Amino acid sequence: MQTTTAPEKIFVKGNEAVAMAAIEAGCRCYFGYPITPQSDIPEYLSREFPALGGEFIQAESEIGAINMLLGASATGARAMTSSSGPGISLKQEGISYMAGSELPGVIVDIMRAGPGLGGIDASQADYNQATRGGGHGGYRIIVLAPASVQEMYDLTMLAFDLSDIYRMPAMVLADSVIGQMKESVTPNPRPQVVLPPKEWVVRGRAAGEPQNVVKSLYLGDGEMEAFHWKMQARYQELADRECRWEEVQTGDADLIVTAFGSTSRIAKTAVAMAREAGMKVGLMRPITLFPFPKKAYAQLSERCKLFLDIELSTGQMIDDVRLSIARDADVAFYGRPPGAGSLPTPEELFEQIRKHYQARA
Amino acid sequence: MKQVFTRPESLKDVSTHFCPGCHHGSVHRLVAEALDEFGIRSETIGVASVGCSVFLYGYFDVDVIESPHGRAPAVATGAKRARPDRIVFTYQGDGDLAAIGMSEIIHAANRGEDITVIFVNNTTYGMTGGQMAPTTMPGQKTSTSPYGRDVSKDGAPFKMAELLSNLGGVAFSARVALNSPKNVLQAKKMIKTAFRYQVEKKGFSFIEALAACPTNWGMNPLAANQRVTDEMIPYFPLGVYKNTANL
Repeated sequence: MQTTTAPEKIFVKGNEAVAMAAIEAGCRCYFGYPITPQSDIPEYLSREFPALGGEFIQAESEIGAINMLLGASATGARAMTSSSGPGISLKQEGISYMAGSELPGVIVDIMRAGPGLGGIDASQADYNQATRGGGHGGYRIIVLAPASVQEMYDLTMLAFDLSDIYRMPAMVLADSVIGQMKESVTPNPRPQVVLPPKEWVVRGRAAGEPQNVVKSLYLGDGEMEAFHWKMQARYQELADRECRWEEVQTGDADLIVTAFGSTSRIAKTAVAMAREAGMKVGLMRPITLFPFPKKAYAQLSERCKLFLDIELSTGQMIDDVRLSIARDADVAFYGRPPGAGSLPTPEELFEQIRKHYQARA
Repeated sequence: MKQVFTRPESLKDVSTHFCPGCHHGSVHRLVAEALDEFGIRSETIGVASVGCSVFLYGYFDVDVIESPHGRAPAVATGAKRARPDRIVFTYQGDGDLAAIGMSEIIHAANRGEDITVIFVNNTTYGMTGGQMAPTTMPGQKTSTSPYGRDVSKDGAPFKMAELLSNLGGVAFSARVALNSPKNVLQAKKMIKTAFRYQVEKKGFSFIEALAACPTNWGMNPLAANQRVTDEMIPYFPLGVYKNTANL
């Protein structure tokens, strides 16, 4: 009898887990540019790709890198780029063109503090940039928010699949804490997902085959509007099928803490502390930031009327929480503008929980 | 009766949007003839840029990726690295390649990407209505240099064929013109050489084609053609600036 054994656990950095997952997902084209705190990703792939027949290019700029991604994706190849705040801003042009051209492609954003050059410390202040599309023209991209090194691995793999299925760019949105910390990871094999055939790719067409054009220019009467309605329908499909989130002890909770990424890890500890102190507190952690799990929040808010949103910013995801919960539910906020020394401790978050829990109606 | 002149197979049977006297059509035709003669149409991926050349996919009967402004060499790099068995060419104007896309062209050339770049230099931004380009000539009046290009403030025009010839990855760099039958024949030869180098995987090949833009120059087609002869060629000399076969 054939037995399958689970892959052995390994102890790696979050950024390395991203690179390993990309390889497992069949990505053999990576284009990037050095920027802290994500440089482990290009370093890993520049080391591993040659033996695998992969193409690694350290591009002339973030703009060069995202456009190489565009070109490789247009041929149907699985391709990835990674960066952080200032570099992700530069990539927005290319991301907009990819969205307009219905191209898949994976973009990893290991957030750092901003605006401008900001700092290299953990930040969640690029939530809006990621979930609102980021570039010009009114589009969205898939945004996945890992909260552990294991999820860096799993969600990178998922990003490739979702991106291919829905023909839109997918972003793994993490921060320097998740990117830089080491945890044990089970490097799971690529899941068997049925992917739609990429009939649209440029390939050099043989006689009798239709011409394939990857473009985002829509000049014909009604063409541009039709594109937007088609994409709206696709975003709805995503929302219906692909929302992912984690709930911890929400069933009887009178206060639900909500946070994503590294902040949710600290919040989880604070929630456990609150439970030990006898408070009925739970945690709601969105894993997909776009699509945002609106229905899950709406359902939670039918019973629980107080949410405490915690972010490593002055408050961005809170808008999505507000738009999702019932009208008679409230959201309190605790945010820390990103930067050195901003990461809250579990004790600080516990204090916030206690304060709002006691003051609730 | 024997038919001796037909539309190249690599071009579609459609009218173009190009203005009367514009040389884009001639460059399109020569590129298409080169693809036909090498029999590589079915292996070719074109990369369109932004400007008058954006409609490449409407005229060429090949698969096409439309690139953001100036980024065609990066897009072509991604496509070629993912599909090294394909012939990949970009087709870019002077604003696209030598202003907003200067970084992408220099680096793709320096890496020696196995792609062919067709660069149409008509000394102006055609699609947006005749603004000053990085190749606008000294003293040339455009809609954004109404008193003429002032080299002391705007800099001198870029000579791209010469500039790129200094880079290690460039296998072939030449400047051609379409202003006379002789030059058209010479241009054809150069364009074929550029594609042959890609077929033979020799590295980056570059063709700069001097082109007339009668509409934005405010000239009739004949006068515009004459300007290529009288003003452009003396400033942008024709010829091969780099050919690794001769090194």
